Amino acid sequence: MKAYQRKLDIRNGCVDLSHGSGGRAMAQLISGLFHEAFGNEWLARGNDQSAFDVGAGRMVMTTDGYVVSPLFFPGGNIGSLAVHGTVNDIAMAGARPLYLSASFIIEEGFRFADLKMIAESMGEAARTADVHIVTGDTKVVERGKADGLFISTAGVGVVPHGLDLSAENARVGDRVLISGTLGDHGVAIMSKRQNLAFETEIVSDSAALNDLVAKMVEAGGRGIRLMRDPTRGGLAATLNEIAQQSDLGFHLREEAIPVKPGVAAACELLGLDPLHVANEGKLVAIVAPENAAPVLAAMRAHPLGRDAADIGEAVADDHHFVQMATSFGGGRIVDWPSGEQLPRIC
Amino acid sequence: MKYADEFRDKEIALGLAKAIRAEADPQKLYRFMEFCGGHTHAISRYGLEDMLPKNVRMIHGPGCPVCVLPAGRIDMAIRLAERPDVILCVYGDLMRVPGSQGTSLLKAKARGADIRMVYSTIDAIRIAEDNPGREVVFFAIGFETTTPPTAVMIRLAERKQLENLTVFCNHVLTPPAMQNILESPDIRNVGRVEIDGFVGPAHVSTIIGTAPYEFFAEEFGKPVVIAGFEPLDMMQAILMLVRQVNEDRQEVENQYSRAVNRDGNLRAKEEVSDIFELRDQFEWRGLGQVPYGGLKLKGAYAIYDAEVRFDMHELRVDDNPACECGAILRGVKKPVDCKLFGTVCTPETPMGSCMVSSEGACAAHWTYGRFRDHQQRRVS
Repeated sequence: MKAYQRKLDIRNGCVDLSHGSGGRAMAQLISGLFHEAFGNEWLARGNDQSAFDVGAGRMVMTTDGYVVSPLFFPGGNIGSLAVHGTVNDIAMAGARPLYLSASFIIEEGFRFADLKMIAESMGEAARTADVHIVTGDTKVVERGKADGLFISTAGVGVVPHGLDLSAENARVGDRVLISGTLGDHGVAIMSKRQNLAFETEIVSDSAALNDLVAKMVEAGGRGIRLMRDPTRGGLAATLNEIAQQSDLGFHLREEAIPVKPGVAAACELLGLDPLHVANEGKLVAIVAPENAAPVLAAMRAHPLGRDAADIGEAVADDHHFVQMATSFGGGRIVDWPSGEQLPRIC
Repeated sequence: MKYADEFRDKEIALGLAKAIRAEADPQKLYRFMEFCGGHTHAISRYGLEDMLPKNVRMIHGPGCPVCVLPAGRIDMAIRLAERPDVILCVYGDLMRVPGSQGTSLLKAKARGADIRMVYSTIDAIRIAEDNPGREVVFFAIGFETTTPPTAVMIRLAERKQLENLTVFCNHVLTPPAMQNILESPDIRNVGRVEIDGFVGPAHVSTIIGTAPYEFFAEEFGKPVVIAGFEPLDMMQAILMLVRQVNEDRQEVENQYSRAVNRDGNLRAKEEVSDIFELRDQFEWRGLGQVPYGGLKLKGAYAIYDAEVRFDMHELRVDDNPACECGAILRGVKKPVDCKLFGTVCTPETPMGSCMVSSEGACAAHWTYGRFRDHQQRRVS
């Protein structure tokens, strides 16, 4: 007897409550859509968990929820974002990301076609980043109880012994390196908001940074004190956090900070500071001064670090100020963002 | 970025800074008030203070419409938004403005009030059309610049015969507030007026023109230079003010000639005067009651007036007694002189008007300039 009588109608069908109820419909959705997109030996065994070997080193683990609105945006969608975000959180420890889990909360009525596109993006993002989605979960909630789709991913990776990147490691005199232009993701998302229609060619920078990180670690080794991906709150929030955790301040040069003209123009229009706007494919590295040049060179040699720049240095400061020499010639603080109404960018 | 970068050029800025240093008489104090929040923001964001000699001091005026909105008006809006039949449309920067007892529109929204952020008055029209069974109220706020779009919205509502759209009018006027600052006893009782000149509004002046400021030059003997919001505009305007002071001239000069003329936008002024009229007085947070300081809808347009339709009553809320916003807005005190500044009053939890929006004097100083307080302390 055949297990399923009728195939999923991907083109016209949509998710209903039966797809979350544990019955055949759910099994069909998982195997027909998710396994298809993520295809790997661990999922194929069909267990509620996955067992795998990890190499020598310390384990790194992280988790993140994705609620971005809109679900599809220039340069990606919630699926690719859910892989990149978690991969990057692991990579920022200097670690090699290995395995991910993915949990889906789907609102009834969500179109199979959209879900398939999202799952395929996740599969592709995982393959590009050389990680595997080895376990998952699917829940369906009533109409109005979730905004289409929420995804939660967790991941594990391994960091070599002796490499200990952490936010309290910055030292006075360290250089601040960023891997490229700031604000692309946030502006790409905002340009597609229903009530904010403006035309821009900016696409999200959403990307997995683990390969870039591997090259940086190769070049800079123990000279890399820490790395962070400046997502929500942008570069400003990231550097303010590091300043507090490392008990120092930063001096930046605005002229050195790369921002695409389209992003600068959109920020101008919306009254935003590009340093407060989210990125999903950029990193900040705090590097010992003697290692800064080789690390920067390694970044620039990588396709995801072409526009990398040395934007300033760590200084002694009891107040933990992030200060910046403006390109106009004056000085100012780069403060934590406050009060922007930019919900759900990731 | 074309049309912006030209006005942010470092070399020209350094040239202007040099000219200001050369021409400002070291024996004299030059105290200039920039009225607009846009100017305050530019000064802080580009670090202009670092480029001016010590005796040229900028006083941050009350020209941020979000900052000067009294807490009572926020309470009135919240009360309105709590009605189940009402959709309240607001500009995003109003959402966090504190009402009384820690309330805000953001918190009211979280508790279930239907409050929608809009980016233009046209959004409010669309929401009213999409929700024929609900009362849509547009929370109108702003100076002369944002009043014409509200007028256009009322015209459109009239044409479309929209019966479910009204305006909660909080539009305020610049010249009466400038007058209030100059006549304020805080300034008069120290023997002489502490302001030596005004950097006049940019966008406001595109609508009202330069003529309304002639009164200040003549009556109060104050130089006024209308300036754009870009940092080079500011530097040039400051140089022009220094020259007026040095030459003992009290004139209205127009630095922002690429956008402003003497008469302003006649069409916009006509629309506004058709629909709005002066209130006898309107409360400005930090300044108190300002005679003729605000606008309301004319009787002929009462059907679009939310205060009439919903029988709204004025609510008054006193600011924290330790709050020095009034003195700061008049240039009598600086943000650091206030005991609340940076302690209980920060951009995350603003107590007074100057901390509410990024264009307020305290918020701009906190966000961009507070490192200077510590530099000064270290030196002394």
